[in-house]
Amino acid sequence: MNMQSLILRTAAHFLLPLLMLFSVFLLLRGHNEPGGGFIGGLVAAAAILLHLFAMEIKSARSVLHVDPRTLMGVGLALASLSAVPAAFLGQAFFTAQWLTLDVPALGELKVGTVLLFDIGVYLVVIGAVLTIMLSLAEAED
Amino acid sequence: MSTMVALPVLLPLIAGAVSLALWRSRFAQRSIGVVANLALMWVSVELLLLTWNEGIQVMHMGSWPAPFGIVLVSDMLGAIMVVLTAIIGLATAVYSLSGVSRRHEHYGYYPLMHLLLAGVNGAFLTGDIFNMYVWFEVMLVASFALLILGGERAQMEGAIKYVTLNLLSSALFLSGIGLLYGLTGTLNMADIAMKLNSVEDTGLITVIAMLFMVSFGIKASAFPFFFWLPASYHTPQVAVSALFAGLLTKVGVYALFRVFSLIFDHDVGYTHTLLLWMAALTMLTGVLGAAAQFEFRRILSFHIISQIGYMILGLALFTPLAIIGGVFYLMHHIIVKANLFLVSGVVYRLKGTHELKDLGGLYRSHPWLGVLFLIPALSLAGLPPLSGFFAKFILIRAGVEVEAWWVVAVALVVGLLTLYSMIKIWAEVFWKAQPEGVSHPVDPAAHQGGLWLMVLPIVGLGLMTLFIGLWGQPIYLLAERAAVEMLDSSRYIDAVLGSAQGVRP
Repeated sequence: MNMQSLILRTAAHFLLPLLMLFSVFLLLRGHNEPGGGFIGGLVAAAAILLHLFAMEIKSARSVLHVDPRTLMGVGLALASLSAVPAAFLGQAFFTAQWLTLDVPALGELKVGTVLLFDIGVYLVVIGAVLTIMLSLAEAED
Repeated sequence: MSTMVALPVLLPLIAGAVSLALWRSRFAQRSIGVVANLALMWVSVELLLLTWNEGIQVMHMGSWPAPFGIVLVSDMLGAIMVVLTAIIGLATAVYSLSGVSRRHEHYGYYPLMHLLLAGVNGAFLTGDIFNMYVWFEVMLVASFALLILGGERAQMEGAIKYVTLNLLSSALFLSGIGLLYGLTGTLNMADIAMKLNSVEDTGLITVIAMLFMVSFGIKASAFPFFFWLPASYHTPQVAVSALFAGLLTKVGVYALFRVFSLIFDHDVGYTHTLLLWMAALTMLTGVLGAAAQFEFRRILSFHIISQIGYMILGLALFTPLAIIGGVFYLMHHIIVKANLFLVSGVVYRLKGTHELKDLGGLYRSHPWLGVLFLIPALSLAGLPPLSGFFAKFILIRAGVEVEAWWVVAVALVVGLLTLYSMIKIWAEVFWKAQPEGVSHPVDPAAHQGGLWLMVLPIVGLGLMTLFIGLWGQPIYLLAERAAVEMLDSSRYIDAVLGSAQGVRP
């Protein structure tokens, strides 16, 4: 998998943080505009894969810190749990719950279970794509 | 609205997620496997009681009102199926504690099992036809992975047939949904059922009904779409086989029951006659296929097919008694068939093979296992006083009432041939002497104890079979209520759409 290209390696080094930032931007933007957990997760997974192509598997795994399978599990758990708060308020599962926070200097911030769901999806997508790609890459070695 | 309706779906989903997140810890996965399935059992029984006492339960997910949002509906049929899922889930979870190897556990057996159960329950409870497709896919993706867990050559071969035919079925299902949506402009099943009454072009409805029939026929492994089942069910781990045998084809049968009672009941003379032929041929081909087999699990796989025929027969006759029979048969069959696969797993563990010709002498060494095998086996063949007798009895009585003599004849002959197959297994595996000079490497784990964990669920399911046989009245009442609700689709429609006005946007 190692392509040994100096240009690619240098570029990947800079692109990784940028793409990760972009994926988080897409994730947060997704609530009212095009974007969301799925597409954000794909971008993040693509960023890590770019790293994988430029460096090697070990390094790609170390960028992650956690195993992609764990990511998948945590993501799925978050997404499923986002259904639960509504039940405690006597509403149907998945009814969106909103919490309005007053953040100094930024104004009003609305945080809801929808965001929790999106973050869950984000993690599941990263986890799933990377599980597939890393096992393919390792099978090739 | 009740919270209970969503719990049978949400619980395994969360259990699967947590189990996946803790994939490093074997202990955590195993305990979650048992605890979550115990909880699922409790929740399912509560839901059944609630549905029994207070009528059809509906939940509008995300508080979006009915024709627009997705609803979860628990009517008697759905609630019964969910309880059966929980029973099989719990049985396999306990069985897996010693029946599934460490290697398979490491590759994610437990998370996949939970996801499979979530998918199955979702399909049973959803009131939205597209959502049903989604749950089918959740279930299929989990089943693909479970099927090839371990990655042996035979598994791959079986999985390719399984995957191909099931994807074809999903594609047909999706096309059917598309056409239905084009015709009615809605995906909510109750709404579709209501709007179809005012559609002029009944020819097109019949075409769509055929798409659904073929698609669910593949899933249920009915004639002539059953080839994938005997090609794949004998390949994976026994626990996985049992889970599949108990639940997966029955999801297809459930979908047929749901769709052909709620949505496509405009031209019963045509669609249900076709179903009747399908049922008869499914019974016959299944049982004849089984007669030619000499591998434990392959025989059982072919018998799944023939038994599916009986259930479809109940739907096809479409009289109240026949539907009661069909639902009763579903309940009996899920328990019995999963149990037989579990027994085959114990035999494999003791002898190291599934081939009948290499087996023998088990009655001499393990008489209790022989008894545990005979209970579900004779029940499958329909001997009184076991559960299968009453299931067959109701169906045949229903057939006699509408004077469908040839189907009655087929059902009786198939029952006899089933007995032949079961006795064949009994004679080969338990009765005849152990053949000389054949020895198969027995899994060393077999001597490490833990066999009781595999036998416990077999005993439990066997007791249920006896219970249904000896004290069938409550089960009959459950089936009766399910049949009443299915034949009077206005109840379902009212429950789903009627309450829509009262819900806040």
